[in-house]
Amino acid sequence: MTSISRRSLLRTGAAAGVLAATGLPIRAQEAKRGGRLVVGLSGANTSDNWDGRTHSDIFMTSSGQGAVFDSLTEVAADGSLVGELATDWEASEDAKTWTFNLRKGVTFHNGKKFGADDVIESLQLHVAEGSKSSAAPLVSPITEMKKLGEHQVQFVLAEGNADFPYLMSDYHLLIYPAGQIEEAIAQGIGTGLYRNVSFDPGVRWVGQRVESHYKDGQAGWFDEIEFIAINDNTARMNALLTGQVDAINRIDFKTESLLKANPAIRIQEVPGNQHYTFPMLTNIAPFDDVNVRRALKHGINREELVQKILFGHGKVAADSPIGAANQYMADLDPIPYDPDKAKFYLKEAGLDSLSVDLSASSAAFEGAVDAAQLYQASAAPAGIDINVVQEPADGYWSNVWIKKPWCASYWSGRATEDWMFSSAYQEGVAWNDSQWGTDDSERFQNLLVEARATLDPSKRREMYGEMQQILRDDGGVIIPMFANWVQAVSNKVATPDTIGNLWQMDNARHAERWWMA
Amino acid sequence: MSNVLKIILQRLLLGLLTLFVVSVVIFAAVNMLPGDFAEVILGQGATPDAVAAIRRDLGLDQPLVLRYFHWLGGAVQGDLGTSFAQANFASFVGEGAAKGATVMQQIAPRFENTMFLAGVTALIAVPFAVGLGILAALYRNTAFDKGANVFALSSISSPEFFLAYVLILFLAVLNPILPSLSNIYDGMGLGERIEKTLLPALTLTLVVTAHMMRMTRAAIINLLASPYIEMARLKGMKPMHVIVRHALPNALAPIINVIALNLAYLITGVVVVEVVFVYPGIGQLFVDAVKNRDIPVVQACCLIFAAAYILLNLLADILSILSNPRLRHPK
Repeated sequence: MTSISRRSLLRTGAAAGVLAATGLPIRAQEAKRGGRLVVGLSGANTSDNWDGRTHSDIFMTSSGQGAVFDSLTEVAADGSLVGELATDWEASEDAKTWTFNLRKGVTFHNGKKFGADDVIESLQLHVAEGSKSSAAPLVSPITEMKKLGEHQVQFVLAEGNADFPYLMSDYHLLIYPAGQIEEAIAQGIGTGLYRNVSFDPGVRWVGQRVESHYKDGQAGWFDEIEFIAINDNTARMNALLTGQVDAINRIDFKTESLLKANPAIRIQEVPGNQHYTFPMLTNIAPFDDVNVRRALKHGINREELVQKILFGHGKVAADSPIGAANQYMADLDPIPYDPDKAKFYLKEAGLDSLSVDLSASSAAFEGAVDAAQLYQASAAPAGIDINVVQEPADGYWSNVWIKKPWCASYWSGRATEDWMFSSAYQEGVAWNDSQWGTDDSERFQNLLVEARATLDPSKRREMYGEMQQILRDDGGVIIPMFANWVQAVSNKVATPDTIGNLWQMDNARHAERWWMA
Repeated sequence: MSNVLKIILQRLLLGLLTLFVVSVVIFAAVNMLPGDFAEVILGQGATPDAVAAIRRDLGLDQPLVLRYFHWLGGAVQGDLGTSFAQANFASFVGEGAAKGATVMQQIAPRFENTMFLAGVTALIAVPFAVGLGILAALYRNTAFDKGANVFALSSISSPEFFLAYVLILFLAVLNPILPSLSNIYDGMGLGERIEKTLLPALTLTLVVTAHMMRMTRAAIINLLASPYIEMARLKGMKPMHVIVRHALPNALAPIINVIALNLAYLITGVVVVEVVFVYPGIGQLFVDAVKNRDIPVVQACCLIFAAAYILLNLLADILSILSNPRLRHPK
């Protein structure tokens, strides 16, 4: 059980979520120990390794944070934040100083005892000289890491951040044994529920349940786990259909009916934060004119895209990246498809017609080129001539994204509003794919900074609501839809009632949370 | 025999030259693909700084020609280098964690697996194809002959992935006899390993049968008009004996040639089949490496493929010389 002091519970922004978590969504009386879970996963590569800084796809997030390693905190299936290697945490009034109490009696798989040094050294990996960690933006705002005791650490941040405990749940931020990090990365030594038995990068991983663990009775039901790398869609479906694996991630919608027809298999679908986007560079004409952006937003038929590109496995979005897995998703009406309105806004911009290039490639998301063509057709009646440029998938993120004025893209979303906005909508950050800044909306940028240091949940809800509305009305990113996480599971395996919606495969924690039926 | 040795030496030297040309072509081709290792590995997270840092660590910022000769310098000494993935990993965590991960060490287990698949396939395909060819020659122009031809030609004309899916449909999904997933691994028992390898082996068998079977049939029929065959027949030998004891030994040279070519194909042409069946062989490694622009691995795989072709061709020539007494004892 997670013990959180009453004071910190009231203080942290996660208060509501934490309360929900103490109800423990997993019905422990149903789950039972035993068995071997075999999962076919895509996203595997021969360059995979146990270095959390390089983890990016489902194979390594499932075997890294999802099995072998732990982080300080964990996002539970219902979206609340619970402690993993930290038991509880407390912030100063300005949300600048965070004190984490660490779990006692935890050992690494090689027998080393877990303590404050492990946390500090593991986090420092991400900001070390010459580090290429994708999580550097999460760790670099920490100006000081203090060891207050063997099981207590204090972080001082450059500026207040109410979401800081959430950031510590990131799958890059794995905790390694201090002084043995090289060895731990080479051999896969963590504090997780499963110890590494054999790992063949890009082929297969096998893990074995540790004998006793602090999550006993709450998670980690299988005796053994095997992940098989199956990047090919058809091969993955076949493996499940023929019973060689118990579950697969990312099913192919075109052959979904085959899985549906099989009574021994169920399809698991959860709406999350993953969204498909068409970002425009708002510092380049004609996209620097808010009326042009509004015209383009009225020219897209969102319903049609959800039906034809996602085969119904998604939800219309209102040009805001805040989705179902976030706490403060605003209830906004999406801008409707309306060619007349689009014409109206073109006139406002002083134009009779508009001709623009839209770059797309399957690298952005599956069906991106088709989506662009549908957009082209729906925008034509409004006098908007979209020229679809099909770009090569290779090098798309380096040569097209944020380089070409308008392109297709995607985001898997983030656990918190601030995390999402400060990754892609804060002025000057590397991944700001619409070059959105104070020139476009000073109000948005001010709110972003203000909300970050605000601990009061109701104030935050208000501020994030306003920011989402600004993005819908004025923003430079067209977000037509959220794509559900869709995976398939054999009836041999039981899953909890609530499935995590932050990432696919129950937040990549299927090895921890599922059990043999 | 000195004649044979001379041919072997000549061909080996020519083979080395071919390998050199192959390495130049592959190196240039991979570099012409859009995107490089740094961009691919960073994906959406590619910031200019991170891309530059990786390029610097891997020496990708050096001129192309310089990089090639650097690689060649190592290769002639038998050092095929370290894969970019491993080198990049080492730059993250220090040499200690990544030691013992050269391209050779990465490829060796995969190559073993591919050779195992090729071996199982050869054991099935060669007797099957040659036997079918002999029978087709024996019963030429009958319904059997025509049926065998139609079967062999239609399977060679279908793309490999299609044959693979047809076999999966009939032998794994509708009648669950064989596993559709060939994920063999170290420490797996031989029996299980063979069971898992059967479907890809059968797919490959279908692909290579036509060539060998039709060559066997043609070579034998060609000889059936010779006077000595007529002699054998006239003295009252059974047709099957005529073919196996008199025609076949003289038809061996072209048949061996075709078998060797097809064996080479089993090593180099398995990429699609390995991907469909998730078989951890060199083909899958190759696909991964091309996707990542991991040039040292791509180079090494191509050299292995090329060497397999060269050596098996050489072997075919030597065997056809040895199977021909006139070439074996030149006057």
